[in-house]
Amino acid sequence: MLIRKPGDIPSSEITPESVYINRRKFIGKSAGIALGGAAGAGAIGSMFAGSVGPAAAQVVGQRDWSGVRSELGEELTPYEDVTSYNNFYEFGTQKDDPVKNAHTLQPSPWSIEVGGMCANPGVFNLEDFIRPSAMEDRIYRMRCVEAWSMVIPWYGFPLSDVIDRAAPLGSARYVEFKTLNDPAQMPGQRSGVLAWPYVEGLRLDEARHPLTILATGVYGQDLPNQNGAPIRLVVPWKYGFKGIKSIVSMTFLEQEPYNTWKRSASNEYGFYANVNPEVNHPRWSQARERRLGELRRRETLLFNGYVDQVARLYAGLDLRVNY
Amino acid sequence: MTKKRRILLLKVLVWIVGLAPLAWLVWRGFMNRLGANPIEEVLHHLGDTALVILLVGLAITPLRRLTGWNDLAPLRRPIGLFAFFYLSAHFVWYAALDQTLDLEFIAEDIVMRKYIVVGFAAWVLLIPLAITSTKGWIRRLGKKWRKLHRLVYVAASLGVLHFYWQVKADTYWPLVTTAVLVSLFLLRISTPASLSGLASSFSKRRRI
Repeated sequence: MLIRKPGDIPSSEITPESVYINRRKFIGKSAGIALGGAAGAGAIGSMFAGSVGPAAAQVVGQRDWSGVRSELGEELTPYEDVTSYNNFYEFGTQKDDPVKNAHTLQPSPWSIEVGGMCANPGVFNLEDFIRPSAMEDRIYRMRCVEAWSMVIPWYGFPLSDVIDRAAPLGSARYVEFKTLNDPAQMPGQRSGVLAWPYVEGLRLDEARHPLTILATGVYGQDLPNQNGAPIRLVVPWKYGFKGIKSIVSMTFLEQEPYNTWKRSASNEYGFYANVNPEVNHPRWSQARERRLGELRRRETLLFNGYVDQVARLYAGLDLRVNY
Repeated sequence: MTKKRRILLLKVLVWIVGLAPLAWLVWRGFMNRLGANPIEEVLHHLGDTALVILLVGLAITPLRRLTGWNDLAPLRRPIGLFAFFYLSAHFVWYAALDQTLDLEFIAEDIVMRKYIVVGFAAWVLLIPLAITSTKGWIRRLGKKWRKLHRLVYVAASLGVLHFYWQVKADTYWPLVTTAVLVSLFLLRISTPASLSGLASSFSKRRRI
């Protein structure tokens, strides 16, 4: 795992934005060329073939991220893709719905209710909730259950920080999260496509794992609304739907939380949702994934490549049954 | 305007409308407007277009029988062939770009994933229909031709199922297309050919 603070990148490495050429452009043009060819206009395609530029460089905020890689040497998914291709059904079910519709969400002021089986429950405003923790960048793979993936530099802090402060009782075994439930701010909640509010949860040992974070930003910037502003969960070895967005409550429980996708289709989505190439979705294969920006699918890695860090959590658990 | 001219004009219109989704896709490709996952975007666009055109093609006969506007009949072939074209492009795109011609995975998909099984079956079913869409084949097959071409209803049903089985939770559009298909099928069996016979004989008489 690579953890970098913003200061790690010298300003001499910053490349002008004009140099930045999105890889998407290349694939987009390939698509155009291929289709153009099919339409008998292949000649047009050749005009564009020479315009594919140098390696990607991208500046977000004040910082050039182009040299930044994951611990496996993977390139970051461009900021534009991370913030325009989202599953956030509270704003619509199409990938480009959240970026179009999430402007109605008001992430400030925001408060979070901590409750259930813990010694220090309470309602906290977001600033107080975050303030005691040291913020850091975390570069994680994000593997969607739909077999696509990204590499995202999150900005946030370990969930274990807030768990320690809440001091769960000995009988608490799980933590449950809920998303805001307000159709005025989240127009997708007017449809019955899922049960609202969105609910997710973790076993307490998963929640305390050092890889598990609460993110308040991406690429060193505050989370855009479509990415789950102002605060969301990131559990990198699990499918993306576990990463509940726009969190308003956190509750310690003895019983396993009944998460939204499991409730929607329990034969397809479980509580654990660990990334596992051996356990297919009933309708599609999980063996491979498309990393956005790449043409050829990659092999999906067990626990999304975090097997060394998290496999011990599941010793003795049948991952085929507990999918 | 003579009948011949009207039909020609309608056919030109079908070609323009039929090529528009392709033109739009190519334009979006060149303008870099296919989003973060262009391979998937193109795949879905081609599949959606194929299904919509197939349903439009199925609407022709009921529409002709209800309105008595027989000039529509010759449009079935170009519309059906456009549907086949987009469905073929959808399959080729899936195999070549989505799966980058990994035959092992394509074979596994076609055998194991039920939504791909039915989608592939729909395409296979349309192949003989596309081949026998020529005047020569219509003549050679005679009455059998009409029977054979009823397979288009099977293909369209499989197409709708293929659509339904791949969405995660939002079944709105798959259900809309199901409703359209069922309506078209009911219309087709409830508007007897005799009605159109009456209408056409009426219009013939008028023209004389």
